[in-house]
Amino acid sequence: MSPGSAANRNPHSLMDTYEAARAEYRARFHRNKRAWEGHLVHWVFFACAIVSVLTTVGILVSLAVQSWGFFAEVPIWEFLGGDRWSPILRPRSYGVLPLVSGTMLVTLVGAAVAIPVGLAAAIYLSEYAPDKVRRVIKPVLEVLAGVPTVVYGYFALSFVTPQLQKVFPDMLVFNALSAGLVMGLMIIPMVSSLSEDAMLAVPRSLRQAAYALGATRFEVSTRIVVPAALSGIMAAFIIGLSRAIGETMLVTIAAGATPNLTVNPLESIQTMTAYIVQLSLGETPHGSLEFNTIFAVGLLLFFMTLLMNVLGHIVVRRWGLRYE
Amino acid sequence: MKTRSTQFRPKLGTRKIAGVIAYIVFLGAVAIGIVGLLILLIQVLIEGSGWLRPELIFNFPSRFPEQAGLKAALFGTLWLMGLTGLFCIPIGVGAAIYLEEYASQNKLTQFIEINIANLAGVPSIVYGLLGLALFVQWLSLGRSVLAGALTMSLLVLPIVILASREAIKAVPDIYRQAAYALGANKWEVVRGIVLPSAFPGILTGIILAMSRAVGETAPIIAISALVYLTFIPQNPLDRFTVLPIQIYNWISRPQADFQGLAAGGIVVLLVVMLSMNGVAVFLRNRYQRRSIE
Repeated sequence: MSPGSAANRNPHSLMDTYEAARAEYRARFHRNKRAWEGHLVHWVFFACAIVSVLTTVGILVSLAVQSWGFFAEVPIWEFLGGDRWSPILRPRSYGVLPLVSGTMLVTLVGAAVAIPVGLAAAIYLSEYAPDKVRRVIKPVLEVLAGVPTVVYGYFALSFVTPQLQKVFPDMLVFNALSAGLVMGLMIIPMVSSLSEDAMLAVPRSLRQAAYALGATRFEVSTRIVVPAALSGIMAAFIIGLSRAIGETMLVTIAAGATPNLTVNPLESIQTMTAYIVQLSLGETPHGSLEFNTIFAVGLLLFFMTLLMNVLGHIVVRRWGLRYE
Repeated sequence: MKTRSTQFRPKLGTRKIAGVIAYIVFLGAVAIGIVGLLILLIQVLIEGSGWLRPELIFNFPSRFPEQAGLKAALFGTLWLMGLTGLFCIPIGVGAAIYLEEYASQNKLTQFIEINIANLAGVPSIVYGLLGLALFVQWLSLGRSVLAGALTMSLLVLPIVILASREAIKAVPDIYRQAAYALGANKWEVVRGIVLPSAFPGILTGIILAMSRAVGETAPIIAISALVYLTFIPQNPLDRFTVLPIQIYNWISRPQADFQGLAAGGIVVLLVVMLSMNGVAVFLRNRYQRRSIE
């Protein structure tokens, strides 16, 4: 391999010098090839990571460009402040508030179920449950989180609504209450698993100190662990709500298709997401003002969920306590 | 201070009762989730069992519920899954490798990380609008299975990236150091050591992402609309439909027979998804046990 040893054996052989040079050239080439390969691979992986940034840019650009035509004809304050939504039927009106209120109504019903139940379940899993029980319950909750939303829609429409109609006889078939209750069931696993993560991060020493002072398990859970994990729990609530705002098929199937500015959950409403689906399914020609409304509604939806997700991160970062 | 300390009463009785009540409440909360899931599954099984017959799998959709089936939707779902995997696995794993092995801690890396976290929270229907504008209209792919798969790839990309990162993070550093000591360069370490060790974890993440893609409905509705298809897509530019869309179609019909048919379709969909999740959980458990040994 090394030219020195070859030269010692036979100092005057031209052939050996040639062989040595060739070997060195090969070694260097191989080194270069490896280095070159390393650089190329680095850039390929970097490009993969950039795809996610491009996706965000793509969402913003496509929504902004497509809704440009809409906002050129309908002033933005009329869109955000108007209280009647009728983009297809005359007299036309483009006030988005009924869709926003519909979304909020379903979300609030869902939150009323998912926040207390999810938090209580998280306390049980983090503070009470023996390891064996946890190992059974966690996968079940994961299954609950993995059920497709179209199945939840079917469940709300074909089971929950008929049951509720026994209690509220004048309730409509499509209504916000049934969709909201099932929405709550759907986001329980998310709220509970995120809250549980926050509680598990609370150091053992805090609990032990409280137990040493004679606190019961209930007192330790509610007065030590929950306050210490509060920022993570709040973030779990916010992210759960954001998920509920963006949920689509469940509300399309069960909550109705009537834009309705109401706070009565027994009525039929339409959410922002359900409107987008309704128009996607219809015969409205692409590029028309009516069709571009879905991009305007989508843009508003994107900003609402983005705001909540950012809020969730800020809550954790600003108010999150760090334990050593 | 003195008066307060003499007044201290432990009130252990009431506190213990409060504790028991709280325990029941907390346990009840878990039960709500589990009972809700059970009722849902039982309801679907009762309604759908009568419709679980060969026609449901082997027939194309039809106006007559007795003849309607999921054939087009099943093949559409297979097409969508295959193409989505083709796009999102290399990109997702590549991004995870970059963030775990290559990226230095700087503003750009932080930005990419925050960006991925936010993408995971974007509603799926918004991805549908992105796909409709970008792939269907601007790139003129039409309402094709290719446009649907590209959209779905972007949707599940954060899941693949996050799962792959966890798996790569779990590879012990001594493995890497041993390889470096033998003269391997970074790419050789990644290819020969990190990826094989992280493979089971990455595979679990990929299966979970695919199962999510199978169940997603909203973005595919925006892309493909509701089509009445009596053919199987032959190439990536053909129109397509998927299982959850066919189910939604049946749910939205007023006739009771179609409701039953929808329940039958849901059973098929859940069997597909739960078996995928089951494989993922199995892999994860096997992998975890081996890493402890």
